[in-house]
Amino acid sequence: MNLFSLVISYLKARPLNTLLNILLLSLGIAVITILLLFSNQLKEKISDNTKGIDLVVGAKGSPLQLILCNVFHIDFPTGNINLLEAERLSKHRLVKSAIPMALGDSYQNFRLVGTNRAYAELYQAELAMGEWWTNDLEVVVGSTVAELLKLKVGATFESAHGLSKEGHAHEESPFVVKGILKSTHGVLDNLILTNVSSIWKVHEEPGEEELTSEAVTLINPSSLVPSVEAGDSTKEITALLIKYRNPIAAIQLPRYINGQTGMQAASPAFEAARLFSILGVGVEALTGFAYVLIFISALSIFIALYNSLKERQYDLAIMRSMGASRSKLFIATQLEGISLTLLGSVIGLALGHGVLYLFTEVVEEGGKTGISAWVFYKEELYLLVGSLVLGILCSLIPSYQAYRTDIHKVLAGN
Amino acid sequence: MIKTSSLSYSFGTEKKIQFSDLTIQTGAQFLLLGESGSGKTTLLHLLGGLLRSQVGSIEVNGTDITKLSESGLDRFRGQHYGFIFQRNHLISALTVEKNLLMAPFLAGLTQDHARVDEVLSQLGIAEKKRSRIQDLSLGQAQRVAIARAVLNKPSVILADEPTSALDDKNCDRVSDLLIAVAQQQQATLLIATHDQRLKNKIKNLIQL
Repeated sequence: MNLFSLVISYLKARPLNTLLNILLLSLGIAVITILLLFSNQLKEKISDNTKGIDLVVGAKGSPLQLILCNVFHIDFPTGNINLLEAERLSKHRLVKSAIPMALGDSYQNFRLVGTNRAYAELYQAELAMGEWWTNDLEVVVGSTVAELLKLKVGATFESAHGLSKEGHAHEESPFVVKGILKSTHGVLDNLILTNVSSIWKVHEEPGEEELTSEAVTLINPSSLVPSVEAGDSTKEITALLIKYRNPIAAIQLPRYINGQTGMQAASPAFEAARLFSILGVGVEALTGFAYVLIFISALSIFIALYNSLKERQYDLAIMRSMGASRSKLFIATQLEGISLTLLGSVIGLALGHGVLYLFTEVVEEGGKTGISAWVFYKEELYLLVGSLVLGILCSLIPSYQAYRTDIHKVLAGN
Repeated sequence: MIKTSSLSYSFGTEKKIQFSDLTIQTGAQFLLLGESGSGKTTLLHLLGGLLRSQVGSIEVNGTDITKLSESGLDRFRGQHYGFIFQRNHLISALTVEKNLLMAPFLAGLTQDHARVDEVLSQLGIAEKKRSRIQDLSLGQAQRVAIARAVLNKPSVILADEPTSALDDKNCDRVSDLLIAVAQQQQATLLIATHDQRLKNKIKNLIQL
């Protein structure tokens, strides 16, 4: 016999009450854990994915849409920009580097991105197998794409027009998988990379094809898309990812682009922060809800202890008569509150990770986010410590009652 | 040995009970008789250190318990006394065995499982060891309470109306067992009661 087994026996003697208290608290903790894991990892993903991109330039429209489409690859393009104009901008003195992006096709919901090798280098992507593309209609696929669609090097597929499954297939020009990327735990994992001219090729009307593919030698190839002549005013791309040459560019370049050209510039960092402040309202509301749950559970634990102490006054008095000191009864009651809150928060943490694991495993979109259920943050330790304090607090008054049990009055008063 | 001198207890300012001096030899058995409100329970609680006296001294086995600190008194109770009350006051969340083991645990003594078996079979309830308290009859529960009181082999057993809730048959059985166990352990037994049935069993009386 010891205090702990006494406390466990007391908890087991009221199984429904104990279950309710633990359930309430663990639900609150689980919601907080999920939000914590989700928003922390989302923040990390966002900052990882926007690394090295100072500015995105595309067609006029919503700046957030421009970022979501070209950096995170979740929204639709705002429209196209002229290659000639893009080329001119890429040579601007404040631009250090510019990466072309051509979107519009997909395969099984995974986006095909017409770009160049610099885009992959932005995320330090390395090949897991195969090689980089050299010709049109050759692709390198991200690790998640390869895994989910079971694509091997040498496999061929036909892309569909548009960014959803419903688009009509470009049956006449199949793509060949040349390489598979190692996972970068970022947006690249969900993309199929190819060169810009491949995207153009699958969208050409039959007949038009002959004209471009026969231009074998180029006198002055475009800096963005080497397969076409510089100054080509008929070609279009979706966006440019720009890196500034110096800090002055951050002030001058967006103003120049938005004011002097027909294009739009948007900063990923700024738009991501804006997006997060929008999401933040939802996160805060849910967090508030979770704290309400925790508060109710604390109240419920307090009431349960308070009431059970009335029933247990004879237990307490008889224990005192058998030699238990006041402090022993105080500790026993504290232990009961702490056991409930600690058990509740441990179960809550496990529940939070478990639910997130199910989300990433079962829901396809969940898997694509690249969020892992088995990441642990130090905030979870704070949750444990917090629940310990909560246990102490809500058993404080009942413990004090136990402490000052009047043995004589209780035992003589029957 | 229990020895009191000029012991009194005041309830507020109006009511005061003056107890005559007592000397009870080790191993003796006494009945403490008196009308309701005559102070039987008060005296028993004073002697057992459950109630702190305001005036006078109480010497138990050579220690003046009125001079002990609060925690010192707790420890003294655990090691020298066994208490039995009118209601059994067993801890219903625990089994019979665990209820008994609470006695050595709270007194800070080693928990001897063989001793639990010994006491339970002595009181004829060995088969109830793993039972829940709710499953015991009134007589059985009172015997478990006696087992708990004597488990630590206390030198003083104080009982407050231990048989008044029991029918004749159970009263007979429970009191016989209590007297026998106390005798066997050389413990001083003091029973506060108004239960006339016990007068045939214990001849030493203290009348309040």
